Amino acid sequence: MAGTLVVTEADRRRYAWRHRAARATLYVIAVLSALFAAGPFVWAAITAFKQDSDLYRRRNNPFVFNETPTLDHLRLLFARTAFATFAWNTLWVGLLVVLITLVLALPAAYSLARLDRPWAGRMGIAIFFVYLVPPTLLFLSLSRLVVALGLQDSTWSLVVIYPTITVPVSVWLLLGFLKTIPKDIEEQAMVDGYSRVGAMVRVVVPLLLPGLVAVVVFAFTLTASEFIYALAFISPTSEKVISTGVPTELVRGDVFFWQSLQAAAVLVAVPIAVVFTLFLDRFVAGFTQGAVKG
Amino acid sequence: MTGPGGAPPAATRPAGPAAERERPAPTRYRRRLTDRDGALAWLFLAPAVVYILALVGVPFLLAVAFSFSDVTGGDPSFDWTGLQNFGRVFADPVFWRALRNTLVFTALSMVFIVLFGKVLANVLIADFRGRWLVRFLVLLPWTTPVALSTITWLWMLDSVFSPIDWVLRQVGLIQANMFYLGRPTLAMASVIAVHVWRLVPLAAVIMMAGLLSIPKDVQEQALVDGAGYWRRMVEITIPLTAPVIAISALFGAIFTFTDMTVVYVLTRGGPTNETQVLASWAFFRGIEGGDVGQGAAIALFLFPLLLAAAIAILRAVRRMEVS
Repeated sequence: MAGTLVVTEADRRRYAWRHRAARATLYVIAVLSALFAAGPFVWAAITAFKQDSDLYRRRNNPFVFNETPTLDHLRLLFARTAFATFAWNTLWVGLLVVLITLVLALPAAYSLARLDRPWAGRMGIAIFFVYLVPPTLLFLSLSRLVVALGLQDSTWSLVVIYPTITVPVSVWLLLGFLKTIPKDIEEQAMVDGYSRVGAMVRVVVPLLLPGLVAVVVFAFTLTASEFIYALAFISPTSEKVISTGVPTELVRGDVFFWQSLQAAAVLVAVPIAVVFTLFLDRFVAGFTQGAVKG
Repeated sequence: MTGPGGAPPAATRPAGPAAERERPAPTRYRRRLTDRDGALAWLFLAPAVVYILALVGVPFLLAVAFSFSDVTGGDPSFDWTGLQNFGRVFADPVFWRALRNTLVFTALSMVFIVLFGKVLANVLIADFRGRWLVRFLVLLPWTTPVALSTITWLWMLDSVFSPIDWVLRQVGLIQANMFYLGRPTLAMASVIAVHVWRLVPLAAVIMMAGLLSIPKDVQEQALVDGAGYWRRMVEITIPLTAPVIAISALFGAIFTFTDMTVVYVLTRGGPTNETQVLASWAFFRGIEGGDVGQGAAIALFLFPLLLAAAIAILRAVRRMEVS
């Protein structure tokens, strides 16, 4: 093809065929990955509406409703378990943690990205490494610390501890977003009479808003998924969050409330994934920018 | 630092105290704290650093101290016991089993996460009809709290009502059920499958970021030169995104390596501790067994390997900055 300017009919046909084949392959892989990824959730969603007599019969086709679907198990989830309490706890813990995270991470990221200290690069890397220190390494000493603070068996313990997970990664993401905002803009604002802090609050933060929203979503998801701390610190039902409450309270001994469990999983999974899908492109932008030094 | 365009007068940015002294006394710019970059840099960073030191740094040192002590859930007083905890940990065959499982799970998961993640990344950046729905479905495993997504697997791998078994029975491949979580090998495979399933989207998103950072003209030039899809993939895309692929592999490895949720919910380490990993074993000993000292000693084994992974990530990031 190289060097030829004349495109023959055969070339065109071959190109068209290749294009169609590539598209077909793409669709096949897309559908297969979607099925593989969502399979367990589809199965969970079907299960959630099944009657006991339908579900617990080995010969029944598990993928269809052999008997009329029922909302009983959804009702049980909300009326006879503490699911709503778990959801509420997850929500307010998440919001408070996000708030604390922003208060700690935004100035830190601004300092590292803009205030030009010689140690900024190394500090950024150090903070990122903290994100890699796993809860599994810290939960034992942190649970002693929580006891010392008098916060054992209280949801507040999570408000205090969860920012250890969200702050480092938020600093990292915010660094990336800050690099996309030209420095000239705030320098102009300072020439116009704003102080450094004034320029940051009035000029940089509004421009950073899309990135901040992405960080909020990401931090909230991290707190909602956390399991080990919530399991180690809290045992009373009324103080539990979704990720520990559902697996521990909807299983009584050997009795699994399967339909309600699956309903809970789907009810939590769908909204988070929808929000994430909306922000996916923005996260990707944050990741790339954070990794490439400006 | 200061760009050529719109650079502020030097007076707004004194290099240090010396520059400040040299400045003529009355200036247009009032010298307030809110304008002193050096002090602000520390002031802005301090809360985050203090918080992290207090709640990550101190607990880490505490965990090291615990591993040399006899602290238990019932008796929190601290007594130095030297290497006694490590001695008891090493004498326990479950520890060695957990260590081996941790390494095997991590290595195998990493390979599959990278392979599937690479394929999925190409799907995620492609433009096609129904892309929003596919992206949504594909992200589900990663965005759902691990404990809940593992519960959907627990039900899918149920010993009696597993739909996979039902299909296999209909096709005639098996007569009796498989008991996925009741047999050591199948239980191990199940744990790996769940890890791969939940981390592939993350790897794909990271690699997607890498793919998008390849300059368009490089690809276009190759296309004009007549390079086919596979040739472009092998000679341009993969070499250019190698650091990102490495990063996603390491993230996959770290999250598999340190996770206890999947094991805790899916098998509880069973059958008879055959799927126990370091993280879950530390939890069972340290919290449920109340032996904090021994739990800390077990968890500490995660650290040297994590450090190695962290350094590897740093190297990959450096290489990415150079290219």
